[in-house]
Amino acid sequence: MELIWNGIVQAFKLIFHLDSELMNILWVTIRVSGTATLVSLLLGVPLGALLGTWRFPGRSAALSIIHTGMGAPPVVVGLFVMIMLWRSGPLGGLNFLYTPWAMILAQTIIAFPIITGFSMAAVAQIDPQLRQQLLGLGASRIQALRAVVQEARLPLLTAIMAGFGGAISEVGAVMMVGGNIKGETRVLTTATVLESGKGEFGTAIALSVILLLLVFGVIVGLTVLQQRNRIT
Amino acid sequence: MGNPADNIIRFRDSTVRDFTFWRIFDIFAIVVGLVAITACGSARETDVILATTTSTNDSGLLDVLIPDFESISEFNIKPIAVGTGKALAMAERGEADVLLVHAPTAEKVLVESGVIKRRSLVMHNFFQVVGPENDPAHVAIAVSATNALKAISETDTLFISRGDDSGTHKMELALWQAAGITPKGSRYQESGQGMGATLRIASEKSAYTLTDYGTYLALKENLDLTPLLGEDRSLLNIYSVLELDGDRFNNVNSAGGKDFAEYLLSPRAQRLIETFGVDKYGEPLFILDAGTSESELVR
Repeated sequence: MELIWNGIVQAFKLIFHLDSELMNILWVTIRVSGTATLVSLLLGVPLGALLGTWRFPGRSAALSIIHTGMGAPPVVVGLFVMIMLWRSGPLGGLNFLYTPWAMILAQTIIAFPIITGFSMAAVAQIDPQLRQQLLGLGASRIQALRAVVQEARLPLLTAIMAGFGGAISEVGAVMMVGGNIKGETRVLTTATVLESGKGEFGTAIALSVILLLLVFGVIVGLTVLQQRNRIT
Repeated sequence: MGNPADNIIRFRDSTVRDFTFWRIFDIFAIVVGLVAITACGSARETDVILATTTSTNDSGLLDVLIPDFESISEFNIKPIAVGTGKALAMAERGEADVLLVHAPTAEKVLVESGVIKRRSLVMHNFFQVVGPENDPAHVAIAVSATNALKAISETDTLFISRGDDSGTHKMELALWQAAGITPKGSRYQESGQGMGATLRIASEKSAYTLTDYGTYLALKENLDLTPLLGEDRSLLNIYSVLELDGDRFNNVNSAGGKDFAEYLLSPRAQRLIETFGVDKYGEPLFILDAGTSESELVR
């Protein structure tokens, strides 16, 4: 117990001293997981809205793929991305392996199905008559889709939280494709693994506390946004 | 709720009152687009991928050597700590530029196959057999490492193996083979993890294990394990730097690999290695070998 307490104390010391190594790890973490979440959002929300409103042949197959992706084991994603990005692999020419880009790619593959799936559920909750009505009033299909998503924006924030949570808490895949290089691809999760491997449990606990605080801060921000805008 | 007209009114109303999801979405799209265009921080020409064992990284040695190297060289080192088995596999595929590893027998296979152009000894220390303080197998008085393993296999005590094809695991398997024993059964367990985690498991289970000296020194405060056998010639732990043959692979940065290998063997780096760990553990973790031939060391 004393160890945990000391870890928490150390976490706040590191934060308040603006420890340069910690700041770098934090920055890489936010940049990688933030970008991955945004990219997943840009791809996942339109796709989810489309799948949620549009009935087409093969839709249930598409849904099954998305739902499987929501539960895809991150190490499998990591292995797949690593093999793709090898110098000898099909995407080797990009030179992405062991850079933040590889980590963004892996986290996007993890977060994208989560955001798509949640978006689909959010849009499906909206009264289908709304879309019909809008189309009847002369809205184009795209306008109608945007209006439906606008209407589902509050549950969509839950999709963002889930996607961000999935991306930032990931460790196996980013370790494989990022390499946990100090100052470049070391994020909070991989740094925690490294420190506990080194037996520096105090530092490991401090990093965990900081990771929890970061996730908590982002989720609180999104929740406040969500609740403030709730239609009463 | 059921009336579509209500929905329309509510929709228009809320668009005015609330944040607009799409406005935020569009801003995000622009931001991500800009980031993707401007911040193309992919690998640079000067990047050198160093595939290495976990012990050099976990002990903190690379945190000392790499910044020093980068301060005098045009190249940037990207250390990937994966364990010797995987590091050698990366070399075979041309996925690394230079290696710092510790499994001489497996290394020589790659030298013979031509993947590795040059292999140079950098440093050494000794593996240690560590175990519970009461030492039920009397490892502390064993005359050799093979005798110690024989004694362990004859008692009821657990032995924790790395089981991960690392340099330490390869060493352990070679010792069992030399002892003429095929380790198996419930008293021989594989952790499949790094040295730190394996030491911790051994400590919790009052078991024996084989460890590199550096990791043991770094962790011993938190462990209930006693060093029982080391400094035996058969427990020699030799670290070498391996340069890939650039002619065999298209994308290997052999110039950068050569530069780092030469740095490790230079007096400047050797001085850093020599003193590494003295301030923290009261003794150096590694003994210098630059310019030494392997036959001299083994003899």
